[in-house]
Amino acid sequence: MNIVVLVKQVPDSGAERNLTSDDNTVDRGSANNVINEMDEYAIEEALKIKEAHGGEVTILTMGPDRATESIRKALSMGPDAAVHVVDDALAGSCAVATSKVLAAALGTLNADLILCGAESTDGRVQVLPHMLAERLGVAALTGARKLTVDGASLTAERQTEEGYEVVSAATPAVVSVWDTINEPRYPSFKGIMAAKKKPVRTLSLADLGVSADEVGFAGATSAVVEHSKRPPRSAGTKITDEGTAGTQLVEYLVTEKFV
Amino acid sequence: MRLSEDHRAFRDTVRRFVDTEINPHVDAWEAAGRAPLHTIFGKAAAVGLLGLEYDPAYGGEGADHSFQLVAAEEYGRIHAAGVGMALGVQAMMATPSLHRYGSDELKRRYLAPAVAGAAVTAIAVTEPDTGSDVARLRTRAVRDGDDWVITGRKVYITNGAQADWVCLLARTSDEGGHRGMSQIVVPTGTPGFSVGRTFGKLGNRCSDTAELILDGVRVPVANTIGAEGRGFQQQMEQFVVERMFAAYTTAGQCAYALERTRAFVRDRTVFGRPLAERQYVAFRLAELQAAVDLLRSHNLATCEALMAGEDVTRMATVAKLTAGRLVREVADWCLQFHGGTGYLEETWTARFLRDTRITSIGAGADEVMLQVLARLDGLP
Ligand SMILES: Cc1cc2nc3c(=O)[nH]c(=O)nc-3n(C[C@H](O)[C@H](O)[C@H](O)COP(=O)(O)OP(=O)(O)OC[C@H]3O[C@@H](n4cnc5c(N)ncnc54)[C@H](O)[C@@H]3O)c2cc1C
Repeated sequence: MNIVVLVKQVPDSGAERNLTSDDNTVDRGSANNVINEMDEYAIEEALKIKEAHGGEVTILTMGPDRATESIRKALSMGPDAAVHVVDDALAGSCAVATSKVLAAALGTLNADLILCGAESTDGRVQVLPHMLAERLGVAALTGARKLTVDGASLTAERQTEEGYEVVSAATPAVVSVWDTINEPRYPSFKGIMAAKKKPVRTLSLADLGVSADEVGFAGATSAVVEHSKRPPRSAGTKITDEGTAGTQLVEYLVTEKFV
Repeated sequence: MRLSEDHRAFRDTVRRFVDTEINPHVDAWEAAGRAPLHTIFGKAAAVGLLGLEYDPAYGGEGADHSFQLVAAEEYGRIHAAGVGMALGVQAMMATPSLHRYGSDELKRRYLAPAVAGAAVTAIAVTEPDTGSDVARLRTRAVRDGDDWVITGRKVYITNGAQADWVCLLARTSDEGGHRGMSQIVVPTGTPGFSVGRTFGKLGNRCSDTAELILDGVRVPVANTIGAEGRGFQQQMEQFVVERMFAAYTTAGQCAYALERTRAFVRDRTVFGRPLAERQYVAFRLAELQAAVDLLRSHNLATCEALMAGEDVTRMATVAKLTAGRLVREVADWCLQFHGGTGYLEETWTARFLRDTRITSIGAGADEVMLQVLARLDGLP
């Protein structure tokens, strides 16, 4: 099975993150950039499928030069090769434009299965897998907490707030995963060294036949108009128990409409 | 020496290993007085931690020594030093001589499974009557045809109760002193070999420290590592690597302890302001961090010299001496600034203080380091 895993480089969600003041995009310069956490689960799932059924795993990343670090890191977990779409005109791309570029890149890759994280920790819009499937004209099995491959048939347990749904589709398809699906491996020393020798192909917008005005700030269908820091947390209400704390807590839950 | 992008990626891996495979379990292992070494080593081997510098022909990674430094520094973040010690024994204390001087046959049989994490190893030098003065050891191997017949007693042997084989230093002739000793691989399942007591200790409680009894243990002479009669010299070389491991890990331990203590003093309010705003506290922590920085620079220099093939006896001795003393200070001050909570068993500072005290004793006591240095400086 030919599997492509979408990997995005994001600022570390464990550290302080900012937007830049001039164009309201994520400040990637000052942040510690890492692989989007959910994508690690997608990579793990791809590697498990490859181990069980054979095939190849390719990483696909759209991002600036700096994203090479994350591509190497992804490759050190075990995938075979990577494709990096990099072009200055891509800065500021919205989800719609991103899906256009990724779909164009996928057009060159002949994937049976496209795996990705259910969301990225920076944008958190959760729409990319659906948009991509729509553009490619294939099924979207999104938010998987379990994936079973049987020949050309895919069955996923789709995580919902109440439980899960069982959905299935034939390949090719897009499957997005949550962090409940597996436990991602971390690279071994051998994996780190091997990653340096794995092929990484770079593609520009021209290579993909996408024009610059369809993407980036120029082609954005949405824009961040302004931003401000989340206000510091207020002190909150402290209830000291003088016999009525239980009642007070229940009253609080009721006024806040938690119950 | 500057570390590269590869080192950074590898450091991430070791940190993930420590955070996911080790730290969640150490409290249970401490309480049990033993860590399941075969399980831990299997996982360590899977990421390449047990044969970093070793020949790929025996399952090693073929990396240079600097990756060993990175791994050892990261072991400093293990929440019970006994586990780091066990990993260090396996990779940097019990196997370096075998890798360097052992025959191909011996390496296939004993080094390869150690690198793969299938065999647990130990280094058996110390005896009830002699520790610092290695030249006085009495365990004796007498030749009988193609075999050694070994009799003696070893004490305080780390990993001793779980080891599958030990790198034993024994007397193989009557020459006395530094001559006439050999390093021999002794499988612990051999008849006549038994584990005596496992010692209760101040710290490193999850590390099994055992007494080994050899009563007419018969192993092939082919199990001798390197040249017969060169055991003392080979062991002294192995001790150099062991001391470097101690210095690397200690730098990691100190840096981590100070990082945790800085977080604590920022948070803890005393007399209406954060403890960190007291100049005494901030300066003391800064002084200690500066000393740790110096140790780390010295470690990197030692690592670089070793990689260049230089004799690093002096540098490794300075590193080990400095490390042992520094971590005692760091452990004490970290506990002190935590106040009463620092003294509680549930706070990391208590175990840290207990665990790190060994550094000034094991792998040669501070005074032995001083003796080595004084002699190198031309004093008697
Ligand atoms: C937890 C633990 C794990 C250990 N693991 C191992 C292991 O895996 N394998 C192994 O072989 N050994 C191991 N040891 C033994 C350790 O290496 C020895 O304890 C150490 O070398 C000191 O030897 P000793 O205990 O015989 O002390 P002694 O040699 O009796 O020395 C006692 C003290 O005398 C002082 N001293 C010694 N020499 C001099 C000198 N020349 N001048 C001035 N003062 C001096 C020092 O302060 C020293 O601490 C371990 C010990 C412990 C506690």
